[in-house]
Amino acid sequence: MANEGKIFRVAGPVVTAEGISPRMYDVILVGKEKLMGEVIKIVGDKVVIQVYEDTAGVAPGEPVINTGQPLVAELGPGLLGSVYDGIQRPLPELMSVMGDFIKRGVAAPGLDRKAKWQFTPTVKKGDKVEAGTIIGTVPERSVVHKVMVPPGVSGVIDDIKQGEFTVTDTVAVVSGKPIMMMQKWPVRYGRPFQKKTAPDEPLITGQRILDSLFPLTKGGTGAIPGAFGTGKTVTQQQLAKWSDAEIVVYIGCGERGNEMTEVLTTFPELEDPKTGKPLMGRTILIANTSNMPVAAREASVYTGMTLAEYYRDMGYNVALMADSTSRWAEAMREISSRLEEMPGEEGYPAYLSARLSEFYERAGRIVLADGRTGSISVVGAVSPPGGDLSEPVTQGTLRIVRVFWALDSKLRERRHFPAINWLTSYSLYSGSLDGWYKANVAEDFPELRNWTMELLQKEAELQEIVQLVGSDALPEEQKLTLEVSRLVRELFLQQNAYHKVDTYSPMARQYKYLKSIKMFNDYAQKAIEGDVSVDTIAKMKVRTKLQGSKLEENVDQILDSIIGGELAKEFETLGAK
Amino acid sequence: MTTKEYRTISQIAGPLVFVQKTEPIGYNELAIVRMPDGTEKKGQVLDTSDDFVVVQVFEGTAGIEKAAGVRFLGETMKMPVSKDMLGRILSGSGEPLDGGPAIIPDDRLEINGAAINPWARDSPSEFIQTGISTIDGMNTLVRGQKLPIFSGSGLPHNEIALQIARQAKVLGAQEEFAVVFAAMGITNEEAQYFMKDFERTGALKKAVVFLNLADDPAIERIITPRLALTTAEYLAYELGYQVLVILTDITNYCEALRQIGAAREEVPGRRGYPGYMYTDLASLYERAGRIKGKKGSITQIPILSMPGDDITHPIADLTGYITEGQLVAKRELVRAGIYPPIDVSTSLSRLMNEGIGKGKTRDDHKAVSDQCYAAYAEGKDLRGLVAIVGKDALSERDRQFLDFADLFEKRIVRQGRDEDRGIEQTLDLMWEILANLDESSLTRIDRKYIEKYHPKYKKA
Repeated sequence: MANEGKIFRVAGPVVTAEGISPRMYDVILVGKEKLMGEVIKIVGDKVVIQVYEDTAGVAPGEPVINTGQPLVAELGPGLLGSVYDGIQRPLPELMSVMGDFIKRGVAAPGLDRKAKWQFTPTVKKGDKVEAGTIIGTVPERSVVHKVMVPPGVSGVIDDIKQGEFTVTDTVAVVSGKPIMMMQKWPVRYGRPFQKKTAPDEPLITGQRILDSLFPLTKGGTGAIPGAFGTGKTVTQQQLAKWSDAEIVVYIGCGERGNEMTEVLTTFPELEDPKTGKPLMGRTILIANTSNMPVAAREASVYTGMTLAEYYRDMGYNVALMADSTSRWAEAMREISSRLEEMPGEEGYPAYLSARLSEFYERAGRIVLADGRTGSISVVGAVSPPGGDLSEPVTQGTLRIVRVFWALDSKLRERRHFPAINWLTSYSLYSGSLDGWYKANVAEDFPELRNWTMELLQKEAELQEIVQLVGSDALPEEQKLTLEVSRLVRELFLQQNAYHKVDTYSPMARQYKYLKSIKMFNDYAQKAIEGDVSVDTIAKMKVRTKLQGSKLEENVDQILDSIIGGELAKEFETLGAK
Repeated sequence: MTTKEYRTISQIAGPLVFVQKTEPIGYNELAIVRMPDGTEKKGQVLDTSDDFVVVQVFEGTAGIEKAAGVRFLGETMKMPVSKDMLGRILSGSGEPLDGGPAIIPDDRLEINGAAINPWARDSPSEFIQTGISTIDGMNTLVRGQKLPIFSGSGLPHNEIALQIARQAKVLGAQEEFAVVFAAMGITNEEAQYFMKDFERTGALKKAVVFLNLADDPAIERIITPRLALTTAEYLAYELGYQVLVILTDITNYCEALRQIGAAREEVPGRRGYPGYMYTDLASLYERAGRIKGKKGSITQIPILSMPGDDITHPIADLTGYITEGQLVAKRELVRAGIYPPIDVSTSLSRLMNEGIGKGKTRDDHKAVSDQCYAAYAEGKDLRGLVAIVGKDALSERDRQFLDFADLFEKRIVRQGRDEDRGIEQTLDLMWEILANLDESSLTRIDRKYIEKYHPKYKKA
């Protein structure tokens, strides 16, 4: 095998070399500065390499070295709380080596080789183990890191240690093979698992419109398409902050530097609402901003997915956010066009939708050998050009995902946030989750949810009439529908991500909101039968109180007292008049 | 280093020159094409291999013949920078235009710049007061932000940009400001207008101006913004200036990009623009921001005219996906005689929340602006309805909102070209018009702010 060759041609991030005979997707070190690249095409004796770093100044004739290995992620204790670039180089490490700007030719390992971790074995000498068996635990930030037998290894424990070790120290010997805490896995291949199982538990996010109306499951897939400025990133960040997954992998793929910085500065300050520990302790961030090399952007989603799969295999529920998959698709397009491949729709490569499905199929809930489950839920932001949902990336995505949160620029213009359109969004999971909601929230929750959806649907129809004749021309009953649905919109659907009370609504509170709105509706219905006008009802104190409750610290108390009698009481006084 | 001159040009197409049988030449290396009459043109290597090298000539290929010689300089394009550049007017490729001496460089910097490590970035959070209510009150600009103006032909985007450049300040701070102005393909007349304003207000002393005019080679537009941003980075990160970069007009830049793409026979993306336009634009826009531990900052205001006022046009679209919001100029407002014609509904500042609130602007800022947005949107919707059913068919509540929309345009949006409104003044104005709505309609505002700032309570 020839391991060293030379460069033949350089055109942007695409370098052609000769004199080496690597396999597809092997990592190649390019030029005098040893820039990292990956083989993406082999033609005759020439090898086409996509380079993850800037190639300015690289000239034909410079050497290339074949590493003989595909692009791998390093997996082990120390991933949580890290901030990586698209090829798992820690950004703080890069900064200490190269300063404030990203320069090139610097290799930095994904896992700290010097850090020591407290390893406690969970198996003993003579135990039989196979790939995936947990052999010990390590406390890592806010979770228990489970050290597993790497894929492809099985046998009997010959030796197992206890104490403080680095990720490359041997902690066990399995049938003569030394095992260390770190394992490597090629990012472009899914990690093996035994069996997938249908997801039947919602991923609770504290975002009312998502949890109650369009839920995502643990192990499910969802997409948020929307024109710029409609709030994709804020929604993604809310999910990363508040979702009840144990591990969060956030991939900033080709997005804004300043926005990434906001994530980097706010996340470490946030607390996990469940454990009270810093949120960073369960989070891995991958930041490849739009002006960082395009090939690394292409690789970043695979790197993130591999890290997610590693924690899934330990039995955790992982939420993976990719912001934005359109940038990833564009990276593919850019590289494809440099390769002079025959383009498909809108210049995207013909394999675009295949790549999208491969990616989303790595989500799901799996059953581990010991019967426990682990899951990866994937939420991909899509940035359709001009907000046009018929473009290839959106369409390719919608064919695969089961939850669709449609962002709407009309709603954004009136500062209705989250600007998720309740008429066009859907969740194919909502039916199958009814059982869970009945058991864990309230028996009548699915009923309430359906009532809300019907009400909103009815409102949309009425609005069309109002556009023609004005609201004054409507009969009282329809006016009430408009009034109540306004309450649903302003109280329930709108949620302020920047308000400390409103940013997160527990499931129990979401139920109370819906319950009180429904009660309001039912009482009002009776009242208008008794000739009370909707205008009077709209001006009721309890209506204003309900509306204002969501910004108050003691919102739960307020809702309880409204449901518990306050509402009934004021309606009684109305009736008396 | 190779100083050999090659006379092996095999093909000339558009802005590209193909040279054969060279020694190894680095990608992006600088090249000089020398005509038989001795004149020289600068270019850059776009593609290099053992067989041939493709050079993109900045000043256009007019006059180049196969007998011309090509020399490669062995380094990528660098920009000489110095503090003395302030007050200078340079051409689109960095040569002095003002008759002054050549720039004696303190340093020579790579014009493509490197990406700022996201870890090294500091979060932009300092409010910049522009004195324009629609910006300060509704779409707040912060230091280190990139906030483009989406405009159309014939709209006063240049006036707005100039007004911002003139009035921008950080409250309570005495710091050194500088403006870097890069013109790409603007007309001589427009250039004169800018120059005159810079001179009138004395801003030129603190400005570096790069001018690529409409009749300068289109290809030069590719490097003009990069020279400007390199200068800005030097001023900001080395010398500690707070730099405001104005890039006008990005549309012309993108046209040049398309021209090169076509000459290279690349597979075009939407509307013929190259598929890598997102990445290319990002490499300009992302050169804004702040770096931890550095005093200076770069705030960018790119201007682009949307062909046919179409916000979904690829140039506006891709820009919107990279920048932190946008200010949209609307023709209807101009027709209604309103300056500055900034349409707040379609405008957005993504970093607004970082830069406002207690200690930065005022505690009620977010709530008041949200309320104005919601009320203005509702009022505008009602205009359509009024056209059909007449004002009389509206309920009292609806009428209030309808009036609010008119008041908003007349009192908040409209202001003088030299009117510099303080943030307190802007917010008080917003309260004043909100006071015309029923108090129960103010659903976005916490009770405590109503009691503190609502004119009704304030007077009492």
